Amino acid sequence: MIKFEHVTITYPDASVPTLTDVSFEVPEGELCLVVGVTGSGKSTLLQAVNGLVPRFSGGVLAGSVVIDGRRTSDYPPRDLAEVVGVVGQDPAAGFVTDYVEDELAYAMENLGVDPSVMRRRVEDILDLLGLHELRDRPLSSLSGGQQQRVAIGSVLTAGPRVLVLDEPTSALDPAAAEEVLAALTRLVHDLGITVLIAEHRLERVVQYADRIVMVPGNGESVVVGTPAEIFGESPVAPPVVELGRLAGWSPLPLSVRDARRVAGPLREQLSTIETDVFSRPVRSLGDVIATTSNLQAAYGPVTALRGIDLEFRSGEVIALMGRNGAGKSTLLNHLVGLREPASGAIKVMGAEPHRLSARDVVRVAGLVPQDSGVLLYHDTVAAECAASDRDAGLVHGTTQAVLQRIVPGVQSTTHPRDLSEGQRLGLALSIVLASEPPLLLLDEPTRGLDYGAKQRLVEVLAQLAADGHAVVIATHDVEVVAAVADRCIVLAEGEVVADGPARDVVVHSPVFAPQVAKVFAPLPLLTVHEVELALAAASERSS
Amino acid sequence: MTPRLLHPGAWWIWAVALAACALRTTNPVLLCLIIAVAGWVVVSRRADVPWSRSFASFLRLGLIVIAVRLVFQILFGVRVPGTTLFSIPEVTLPGWAAGVSIGGPVTIESLMAALYQGLRLAAVLACFGAATSLCSPYRMLRALPSVLYEAGVAVTVAFTFAPQAIVASRQVREARRLRGRADRGVRAWSASALPVLEGALDRAVALAASMDSRGYGRRGETPVMVRRRSVGLVLVGLVALAVGSYGLLDPGSPALFRIPALVLGIAALIGALLSGGATNSRTRYRPDPWVAPEWSVSIAGIVALLSFVVVGRMGDALTPSTNPLEVPAVPVIAVLGLVIAMLPAWLAPTPPSLLSATSPMAVAA
Repeated sequence: MIKFEHVTITYPDASVPTLTDVSFEVPEGELCLVVGVTGSGKSTLLQAVNGLVPRFSGGVLAGSVVIDGRRTSDYPPRDLAEVVGVVGQDPAAGFVTDYVEDELAYAMENLGVDPSVMRRRVEDILDLLGLHELRDRPLSSLSGGQQQRVAIGSVLTAGPRVLVLDEPTSALDPAAAEEVLAALTRLVHDLGITVLIAEHRLERVVQYADRIVMVPGNGESVVVGTPAEIFGESPVAPPVVELGRLAGWSPLPLSVRDARRVAGPLREQLSTIETDVFSRPVRSLGDVIATTSNLQAAYGPVTALRGIDLEFRSGEVIALMGRNGAGKSTLLNHLVGLREPASGAIKVMGAEPHRLSARDVVRVAGLVPQDSGVLLYHDTVAAECAASDRDAGLVHGTTQAVLQRIVPGVQSTTHPRDLSEGQRLGLALSIVLASEPPLLLLDEPTRGLDYGAKQRLVEVLAQLAADGHAVVIATHDVEVVAAVADRCIVLAEGEVVADGPARDVVVHSPVFAPQVAKVFAPLPLLTVHEVELALAAASERSS
Repeated sequence: MTPRLLHPGAWWIWAVALAACALRTTNPVLLCLIIAVAGWVVVSRRADVPWSRSFASFLRLGLIVIAVRLVFQILFGVRVPGTTLFSIPEVTLPGWAAGVSIGGPVTIESLMAALYQGLRLAAVLACFGAATSLCSPYRMLRALPSVLYEAGVAVTVAFTFAPQAIVASRQVREARRLRGRADRGVRAWSASALPVLEGALDRAVALAASMDSRGYGRRGETPVMVRRRSVGLVLVGLVALAVGSYGLLDPGSPALFRIPALVLGIAALIGALLSGGATNSRTRYRPDPWVAPEWSVSIAGIVALLSFVVVGRMGDALTPSTNPLEVPAVPVIAVLGLVIAMLPAWLAPTPPSLLSATSPMAVAA
């Protein structure tokens, strides 16, 4: 169905090709997963499927991409619309209309589908993706996850034989991600649609994949194989696979179900180990840094926050979780003074953030927004750092020093756009951290990060908390929460529904529990590292 | 009336007619009334989408235009005799630059003339802003006749660039605040110009890519010759239409550039429709209806324009004299016309609100 033959893609002004001599084939009706570290060229590969690369990106494509018998060099993307549907990384950037229903119908209008068929297909897609309650809503009023589902629906209505999705679940909460993936598997199994999908959160998709295309980056050739073959030695693997490697299970489990069925003896062995053997030492909490009391917020007629009472202390890492649209970003925006509360009060270091000038607010609270790239607009890393020092009135070199500590080895002459996703986040984080705000907020920091980059981020955040910052991360990534958070706050419909130690909050939640916790429930183990520690203690005890 | 969105064409006819009124006059009272009418209708009938908040930005742009016009008048303007307010040092230019003057006495007459002209441009901008706020560029794009699709990406970028820039500027302002930079004032504005333009262009191109991969502008099996012919006709038609409408709006242009140019333009576009449009198999999902409210809104705009034409024929109340300076007369007929142009604030259906249960696209049957 999709056939890459010796494809080499070189962007203009690039000295080395982004992809070198890529050849593989995806047969009809398969769900094929594209994996690789950030910046390895996954997005480029996906966009080459319908010819957006090189037609819209510029650059040169050598070799040939054939999709359903059509070479992309002979057909512009518009003439491939009923063959392949492409959903980009940022769904909002691709919206053509203002309302959900119009957006779903757009591709069909272009294809000249009969109006009565259109009506029926729009209804089908609304049901398939659980969008029927949103059909009249303006797209701009939807949360990120809802937008992602509409974007998928808007290409599905054209009835393509191939679907290409670039990180479709990275912005979604666990439940919404499950919904989208369930819909995708239904498309693969019931309708025989071929799906090509890139995803960093392997733990979510690996179990559904028939085939994996591994893009190693650095010009090395791609590896294609079944999940079991690839994860035998792959550097990127979901927690459940790592657990399988640790426990020496064969074949390697790919889903929680596989792992749980073989984990019985291990669970038995670890059942007597006390929690404090493997849990992190509890960090000592410092002063209260920020408080909100009865905080209310509204966007027009929609209430976003309803009476939030919270306290943030120095030295803790707080995970803010909850459904898409539950009010996480709104709360962060209020804490950093981007919005004025409708009622109630916020105090950060004794001041109301929205009343402070820009220069003063960065000294008490710093926010790294969801798309960290928006903070960067200079030509080189060095210029960004210098500008940051100037803005915040710091000694020259402060930001550069922070950057060296967080992401060592970033070339100061590089253009921020050419940095990898993780490095760019590191740069944005350094700029925010340079003025040493006691309250540090991160909105979805792990979006687009591979496991290695996430691990480094986790270490940085733990260090920052130890240095006395109050670190708040709004995230859907339960694995990161398990690895770093001390305290977990769950928001729903603008209210706090849970607030307590992270282990207590996530371990028994069917939605927020990490994979390891699901395998070992009712044991309170959260990460592979903890299992390792517990195993060591158990073998010590038995010897 | 069931809440629904008005046909974008109706809003554009109304707004263009109002802008044409503004172009025919330099009467400051009428110009201020036009801006007020546009503002009132926007406030009463805008929908809950991002573009609808762009009206204020257009007003701000209008203020900048007025300020720039005044500064230019003071520095380089033609020296009009009259009551001198103050003088700035005069620069004597060499002979080849005769006609350009820098500095000299600044008279109140010259300033008022510049103010009126700036105000006229600001009023036109306000009308354009009203159209953008009342119907999103996307809806206009969808309502365009299919022949224009040949222009594809260019049309998309042209239509969405200004609104995208406004969205981008909001984002850049927030980002500046997060970095600890001043988010208000002249310096903040000038420093964020480049990222805003860059961001808006990136968004417009990303949008064009998304539209293209969902089949926008596809022509099926059209032979190359037919395609070229319709592209040529579209180009000729658009240029003729532009010339013709400019001729109609500017009373001083030659007669050939008015009705004949318009007729030629429309004929060329119809020709393009007939030659290429037949092969375009686009369909519409819930097409926007054109019923009573659409008629009344567009007629309200046209009536206002007619009232201005009538007043223009009757005397020179539309262009009050600035030399000698006199208090501008207020022509009653033109004011009545503008009152009619304000009626869409009640005649147009209310846009669907975020919380309403009814479908925004439902036809008011």
